[in-house]
Amino acid sequence: MTPGWPSGTGLLLRRALRRDRVRLPAVVLGLAGTAALSAAATAALYPAASDRAGAVAAVRATPALVAVYGPLTGAGSAGALALWKLGTLGAVAAAVVAVLTVVRHTRAEEDNGRAELVASTPAGRLAPLVAALLAAACFAAALTAATAAGLVLTGVSWADAAAFAAVWGSAALVFAPVAALAAELAGSARGAITAAVLALLAAYVVRAIGDADDPQRSWLVRVSPLGWGELVEPFGTHRWWLLVFPAAAAVLCSTAALVVHGRRDFGSGWLPARPGRARGSRLVHGPAGLAWRRERGLFAAWTAGFVVVGVLCGSVTSRVGGLVDGPRMREVVAALGGPQAVTDAFLAAEFGLLAAVAAIVVAAAVLRAASEERARRADLVLSAPLSRTRWLLSHLVVACVGGVVLLAAAGVSVGLTYRPGSASPLAEVGRSTAAALAQAPAVVLVACIAAALYGVGRGVAAAVWPVLVAFILVAEVGPVVGAAPWVLDLSPFTHVAHLPGGTYDVMSTLWLTAIAAGLVVVAVAAFRRRDLA
Amino acid sequence: MTEQLPVDVRGLVKRFGRTTALDGLDLRVRRGEVHGFLGPNGSGKTTTLRVLLGLLRRDAGVARLFGADPRRDAVELHRRLAYVPGDVALWPELTGGETIDFLTALRGGVDQARRDSLVDRFALDPTVRGRAYSRGNRQKVALVAALASDVELLVLDEPSAGLDPIVDAEFRRAIGEERDRGRTVLLSSHVLSEVEALCDRMTIIHRGRTVESGSLLELRHLTRTTVISELAGPVPRLDDLTGVHTSQLDGRRVVCEAEPAAMQELMRRLASTGIVRLDVRPPTLEQLFLADIARDTGVETS
Repeated sequence: MTPGWPSGTGLLLRRALRRDRVRLPAVVLGLAGTAALSAAATAALYPAASDRAGAVAAVRATPALVAVYGPLTGAGSAGALALWKLGTLGAVAAAVVAVLTVVRHTRAEEDNGRAELVASTPAGRLAPLVAALLAAACFAAALTAATAAGLVLTGVSWADAAAFAAVWGSAALVFAPVAALAAELAGSARGAITAAVLALLAAYVVRAIGDADDPQRSWLVRVSPLGWGELVEPFGTHRWWLLVFPAAAAVLCSTAALVVHGRRDFGSGWLPARPGRARGSRLVHGPAGLAWRRERGLFAAWTAGFVVVGVLCGSVTSRVGGLVDGPRMREVVAALGGPQAVTDAFLAAEFGLLAAVAAIVVAAAVLRAASEERARRADLVLSAPLSRTRWLLSHLVVACVGGVVLLAAAGVSVGLTYRPGSASPLAEVGRSTAAALAQAPAVVLVACIAAALYGVGRGVAAAVWPVLVAFILVAEVGPVVGAAPWVLDLSPFTHVAHLPGGTYDVMSTLWLTAIAAGLVVVAVAAFRRRDLA
Repeated sequence: MTEQLPVDVRGLVKRFGRTTALDGLDLRVRRGEVHGFLGPNGSGKTTTLRVLLGLLRRDAGVARLFGADPRRDAVELHRRLAYVPGDVALWPELTGGETIDFLTALRGGVDQARRDSLVDRFALDPTVRGRAYSRGNRQKVALVAALASDVELLVLDEPSAGLDPIVDAEFRRAIGEERDRGRTVLLSSHVLSEVEALCDRMTIIHRGRTVESGSLLELRHLTRTTVISELAGPVPRLDDLTGVHTSQLDGRRVVCEAEPAAMQELMRRLASTGIVRLDVRPPTLEQLFLADIARDTGVETS
């Protein structure tokens, strides 16, 4: 590469940051604020050092918990306990945002033809890609600074705070160029996002297996980009030099993306375009068929991901088998969501996390209606004899069915691999599938919220994202930091049954269903009334 | 009452926030005619069509399709029409063939032989995916889907933009066949030669308002004919004739524009000097268009 930026990079970077002037600061504030609030709340929850030491010991002795949330390092500092659950999840969230940012400014621009306008100007050939990577780097830097500042303000020592924040920032820094590479190789923006997120999932799973397998640092942790963050040990030894790995990986991946970009034809992907079928199949003869045809690839990829996570959880949980069941453990487990046996609590927590991911996938599928409208493809369909109601509902139904399939896939794969010893395999499949499907009402409710917001207005639809993030944070982090009951009640994820182990409450399911039905009515009524724009 | 017009728009008003896109627009399309809907960019053609399709609400005025309300009766009305948007966006993963079959299936099925012959005539490769089609090819996909459907009314928004000349000629032939089959066509365009060649009647709009409506013949009465003549002797005096505007006078050659009422006298004077060559050009649509718009903006600025 030539020294100095390709011409036009500065302008393009400014334009990218301007386009993201709301979403990136919102994500930064949301993540940093969550970390700071968790730290403040946990300090109040475990005032005595002995309380904390007990909780820490209990978590460390449970491989399944370590697999999902990462190891808990540091001997009982308030910060370590508070941020343990957030560490890996926050890194994943930061990485996802970095992926979306890079693809939004590269492949998505290419798909909608705007990149061609830029490419025809004297701006350097590599400028859009470099600008997108720099925008993601700005996000990583801002996230690191804001998180560290927030933690220091709530009483975490500055070295711990800086190391923790750097782990989040480095995750964003590594996966931004991964997304850039995916954008070069895939034929479309959606393909690029899917590929990059699957790479992220693989990194998560590899480090989870490593953590569960050997708390003393398995090699699997060392090869996963998400494992590097753990090895820094933000609340333990502060091995700063390990941050060299994410930096090196980022440079390597960026270089690869730039090289591929230099050799690739504009608008094409790695795989040559193949001719498709000359006639439509019978399946794609209605709006639901079309929505399914468009979503099936994405849902297939996500189903594969859910199966992998399910298999992982099932096999890891088998080893837990009554490992720890002391009073201290009960305390921790109670904070995690229920007084059940350890394995049940773990599986329930896991299904809760998967439901949150499924809700994201499902909300994105519902919002596909908004992109249909923006691209004016909705004009083509709605000028045919097809009611707006049916068109909107077909998007909603396909999304909800897809979400239920994801949950069922996770439940079945947990059941097939979980061997508690006593129960018959078939009974175990039934039990864990039911547990996974118990989360479905919350996922469906999120889909209906997305539909209602979209029904009110295309511009309003994106408001589902902050709402969904708040729901997930309340459900995942709320109990750990001792949030007030009315706060916990706000999230649908706290109202579904936490199975196995919890009790199934028919009333709350009915309530969730009733609210979802009400939202569908709102969605349809508002959508029928408004202009298509 | 008289038979219901396929399209009947009176005093249509549509606002987007503070901008007024349609400001009392009138449009009437008779059964079985090809109706040109003309206007410069941004004059409100697409907005009108989207109101007629029920995609937009109207703020005031009347908009009827076959006597019914385009929003309330959208589904029933859409069984009787097919629409080709101005900028066709296709589903990136679907091939052209799949898209055609999907759209025609939504409209209740299609005559396969007709669909295949249209794909052939428009030289469309149906195996290419949506994201790989050029603009003209995307247009062709939507056109084939619309023309193959068995409907009474075709609503076409600048349908030939992006088509190459060979396909464009095929398109014009196809529209002629549609007229022969008794279908009604509403064709928005700013390609005036296309409207001139295809349309029975036309409506010209500017800034959301109708400035002129009628057949080409009727509209031509409103404007001047260009007369170019080479004479045997020096050009006679013409400047005392009302309704004749000399634009060029060059010895024995004269170029002037004459209003219909002054034609008789103009010809008499030219003939008295002896005509060597005479070229009389009826007003082109361009002239109509520009004259109308000049009149319209003149009214507005005064």
